[in-house]
Amino acid sequence: MSAILQPAELPGATDTPHEGASGVRLAVRRFLRNRLAVAGLCVVAFFVLFCFVGPLVYSTDQTHTALQQVNLSPSGNHWLGTDAVGHDELGRLMYGGKVSLVVGLAAGVLATVIGTLWGATAGYAGGWIDAAMMRVVDAGIAIPALFILLVVSAITTPGLAGMILILGLVSWLVPSRLIRAETLSLKNRDYVLTLRAIGGTHARAILRHILPNSVSTIIVATTFQIADAILLVAYVSYLGLGVQPPSTDWGGMLAAGLNAAYSGYWWLILPPGLAIILVVWAFNAIGDGLRDAFDVRGRG
Amino acid sequence: MSTSTFLIRRVLQALAVVAIVTIVVFALLHALPGGPARGILGPQATAQQIARFNHEQGLDKPLPVQYFYYLDQLLHGDLGTSYTLNAPVSRLIGERLPKTLVLTVLSAVTGLLLAIPLGMWQAVRRNRPVDYVITTLSFIAYSTPVYFLGLVLVLVFSQVLPWFPSQAPQGDSLADVLSDPRALVLPVVAGAASMIAVFSRYMRAATLENLSEDYVRTARAGGARSRAILRGHVFRNSLTPVVAMLGYYVPVLFGGALVVEQLFNYPGMGLLFWSAAQASDYPVLLGCVLVIALATVVGTLLADIVQRVIDPRVKAGRA
Repeated sequence: MSAILQPAELPGATDTPHEGASGVRLAVRRFLRNRLAVAGLCVVAFFVLFCFVGPLVYSTDQTHTALQQVNLSPSGNHWLGTDAVGHDELGRLMYGGKVSLVVGLAAGVLATVIGTLWGATAGYAGGWIDAAMMRVVDAGIAIPALFILLVVSAITTPGLAGMILILGLVSWLVPSRLIRAETLSLKNRDYVLTLRAIGGTHARAILRHILPNSVSTIIVATTFQIADAILLVAYVSYLGLGVQPPSTDWGGMLAAGLNAAYSGYWWLILPPGLAIILVVWAFNAIGDGLRDAFDVRGRG
Repeated sequence: MSTSTFLIRRVLQALAVVAIVTIVVFALLHALPGGPARGILGPQATAQQIARFNHEQGLDKPLPVQYFYYLDQLLHGDLGTSYTLNAPVSRLIGERLPKTLVLTVLSAVTGLLLAIPLGMWQAVRRNRPVDYVITTLSFIAYSTPVYFLGLVLVLVFSQVLPWFPSQAPQGDSLADVLSDPRALVLPVVAGAASMIAVFSRYMRAATLENLSEDYVRTARAGGARSRAILRGHVFRNSLTPVVAMLGYYVPVLFGGALVVEQLFNYPGMGLLFWSAAQASDYPVLLGCVLVIALATVVGTLLADIVQRVIDPRVKAGRA
């Protein structure tokens, strides 16, 4: 769920900077020393390969139903069994994973972009504009995303792009607060003031100076947003908003498996459930590692 | 800024947020294709029937007029009438809200009671195996969709091991729902899991921060024992900001209740909202969202005030 605030760790950097090492290289080295973060990176790499290269190796028919072989338990022919319309479950896990990863990634990035622009504008403008813009953020946070998504599902069934847009629009609030705070601390720096003095525009100050200097905060926020978005995608099908068959995503597989669970068809719920948990965990671990490596205050 | 100036400003901010919420929800629900009339009368309704419905419900007036009409009703405690249940929304919510509050409060208390000692334990054993294990478990709990967790709980503790019922007792009154406390166990656990994850992280961070403060070193230098320092100073100083966080956590608790109530067929506000969404019962949806937003705004307000009044460092701008 969105709007979870992760506490900032204490700055964990105990190492002394290597002579001549740039900030980025230092951050990379600190990141690589974080075992959980590296494990997260490996998990993400595995699932990207699994979903995008996997179907080339393990090819299955995910379009046509095969009603003579439904709900088969795992066997040599179907490693993870088959679902209620005869799709091979392992192949479906790859097929659905593509949607989950792409939608989660796109929605997470979109949310961060909206939040960044909103937060930077509010923080830079200050005064009543800032106050008004941040009250809008407060109002958005006061309505849990799941409730909005459920209302939307009562109105329409969006396509893939529509889903990305909706998820982006309900989850940009937390990053906007982070970037605003960052902007407040950057906008009175000498280089911004100098730019203004020599006639640079506000847009230039924000886009060329404030945002590039907030890049580590933005990267960390994006990683957490992706984690939250993938989790939110998993809820979307459960709420009745998901992609339509024969297409699916991990959340859709899980929602479909809910009915089968009581019949003992564990292979229909455990694989998608574990896949979601692993990937969301991995992005959170990466975000955690990046935050410590860049030494930025957490989301919140 | 003096405390009273702070309070006045903060309350005005909260009112502004509530006003924006009413506008957003109102706009969202009126941007519907076909409008509420289609949803209620069905696709077979004639244009005349729709026009009559719109007229009766005041839906043919300009939107700003409808909005102020709505606002006036709100101020009189009138949340409108349900399209499908034929009852005032305020009464429907009044019946369901206490049940949801029981569920969320129990989840929150369970979550805090487990998260606080866990977080402190992690801080004291920082970077030891215990710390890593709890951190990993926290991340896993945080990464698990509530409905998946609920399903696994039902399968294990209700199907395989018949310890707890998989459904809440049905009934109109709060007493009916509470008549079988065992039925509350699985919903409360499902609701508390992600909370344990998040709040043990907070507690760990807060405890670590306090452990590095000068007063701890002073107390140590004065010969106080570690356990006494931990219990006497660090615990209290870490607890306040963490408990205040609960105020910011209100929307997440309600979001969790939405899923948990649907999953366990628990007749609270979340289930009411769920069935209202299926039936396009907009007054009910609007009313529920408003109540939740109000609860969130009040929660956030209290959290801010508590932090400021209790922790003098917030005032000084240090924390």
